[in-house]
Amino acid sequence: MALNLNPNFSEAGKRYFNAYSPGDDFYEMLIGTHRDLSDEQSELLNARLILLLANHIGDIDTLRQALTLAREGI
Amino acid sequence: MLKTYNYPQFEYRTPPEIASGQTLKVPVVVVGAGPVGLAAALDLQLQGVPVLVLDEDDTVSIGSRGVCYAKRALEILDRYGVGDAVCSKGVSWNVGRTFFREQEVYNFNLVPDPDYHRPGMVNLQQYYLEEYMAAAAASRPDIELRWKNKVAAVAQSGKTVTLEVETGDGFYSVETDWLIAADGARSPIRRMLGLEIEGKVFMDRFLIADVLMKADFPAERWFWFDPPFHPGQSVLLHKQTDSVFRIDFQLGWDADPEEAKKPENVVPRIKAMLGDEREFELEWVSVYTFQCRRMGSFNHGRVLFAGDAAHQVSPFGARGANSGLQDADNLGWKLKLVIDGKAPAALLDSYTEERVFAADENLMNSTRSTDFITPKSKVSRTFRNAVLGLAKDHAFGRALVNSGRLSVPAFLTASSLNTPDCAQDIFAGRMLPGAPMDDAPVLDKGDDAWLLDKVGHRFFVLYFADDPNALDGTTIAALSNLSSGGIAVQPLVISRQPGTVKGDIPHLEDLRGVAAGRYDAKHGTVYLLRPDQHVAARWRTFDAARVRAAVARATCNL
Repeated sequence: MALNLNPNFSEAGKRYFNAYSPGDDFYEMLIGTHRDLSDEQSELLNARLILLLANHIGDIDTLRQALTLAREGI
Repeated sequence: MLKTYNYPQFEYRTPPEIASGQTLKVPVVVVGAGPVGLAAALDLQLQGVPVLVLDEDDTVSIGSRGVCYAKRALEILDRYGVGDAVCSKGVSWNVGRTFFREQEVYNFNLVPDPDYHRPGMVNLQQYYLEEYMAAAAASRPDIELRWKNKVAAVAQSGKTVTLEVETGDGFYSVETDWLIAADGARSPIRRMLGLEIEGKVFMDRFLIADVLMKADFPAERWFWFDPPFHPGQSVLLHKQTDSVFRIDFQLGWDADPEEAKKPENVVPRIKAMLGDEREFELEWVSVYTFQCRRMGSFNHGRVLFAGDAAHQVSPFGARGANSGLQDADNLGWKLKLVIDGKAPAALLDSYTEERVFAADENLMNSTRSTDFITPKSKVSRTFRNAVLGLAKDHAFGRALVNSGRLSVPAFLTASSLNTPDCAQDIFAGRMLPGAPMDDAPVLDKGDDAWLLDKVGHRFFVLYFADDPNALDGTTIAALSNLSSGGIAVQPLVISRQPGTVKGDIPHLEDLRGVAAGRYDAKHGTVYLLRPDQHVAARWRTFDAARVRAAVARATCNL
């Protein structure tokens, strides 16, 4: 499956009047999840989060594309 | 003293009550002649309510403060008769560009859709806005402006608010039925009444420089994350009128504000940004911090709070003055109905309900912007920089770049004043109950006009028709009947085809179908519109009884 690189956030039952709102909802949750953690704890949280999401996606080819793009930008 | 602007000095006159010793009795007092107080006064004047405005100063806003006025604010200013002055003096813009280090990573266009009267944003120094609003207020009967009149004490008892007013000539007393406190972030009225406002201070400082220069930069908003000329921080550039550019430099919490604003420290920052060869002059320099907070309720008995007195947001998004104007827009008609005894005081609770909802949306969006611009932790900064890095190549990354989500009006979809759609009435688009109305180009007796200039100040029922000539007498009579009764509803027909409507119902033509498209209207579709140009209810078929019931709901008369 091709990696989706277009904006893709939404929440069931929620109506958005501005295109940025669902992405901002997610981003606030993401940063909020790290609140009050040490840098080491945040690093561990990020690792756990990547593993959870990777398993959810499951498709190795999709994950390979994501891993490649992530690495290219470093 | 600015090179491009002379602050007007409004005339102070000795209040006659000082010599007479009499207590001045008026129905409504507005405290604060800034944009929000003046908007409240202009709104009430349009409603036919006399207003006394008290301000402790005798001029307009000093220095560089509000800059950006969004489409909805401009539409409200149109209703107050100052939209043209603001738009013709200001700098219209729609495009914003965001840079990360040296590269542009994202841009937006606020009005991708043509066929709106007003642009996405107009930049204008706040003193011009206030000057135009003050001139409009001074020209209207029923608005009395008293400059250099400072409220020294306020008390509320039963149905009366009593003020002690201090002038250079002494004190006098005012008794009023209603007090609108638009006296700014530090609101002396709020403090004197012992009312709380809760929130937090953001741990950052920003240097504002207004720079006078000849530059052919396009009229766009430019925002830099971590630019080479100001590493590690953000910079925002806005073009204002009179060739004055407003630059906001993020300084960080540890910066010394007194040092930062010394010209010998400001000029090198600007030279680093603009290049050594560009000539410029400094019009204004200041350093600010900001708070995000709001009052629990905006109405306290007979005292109503509006603008910064009621809620304060970070400046990213231009949600301060814009939301304050929307407070006035929301309040005027409600207060009028309550004063006239046509609605219960509960209608003013809906002012709090709706404007708290809007304030929370503004607080949420401006706080999110602030957290993106000023990451509070290492991991937050890492995510921020990752987003900016991905944004260059990937659309999803661009959508996450948050350099300020610019002021848009709240959709009051959860308001208790709305009548929900009937189950069988299916509508597309976004003009649902509680929505601020979309504008559209129309023809009025053959002349180009704008829909929003034709509605407002009172309730309207907008009847969409295909062929105006074919409207039957029963429908016309039922529409006309709505304009009589306790709360008048002005009928307005808008037709896809040219022609005339029998009788004397006003009629607009929507020959290109822009209005019909935006309102997803078919022949016979009806919208009930509030005096503040919000949708109250809509139906696929017209039934006068349902319109009456929706008016009752929208005025707390149900």
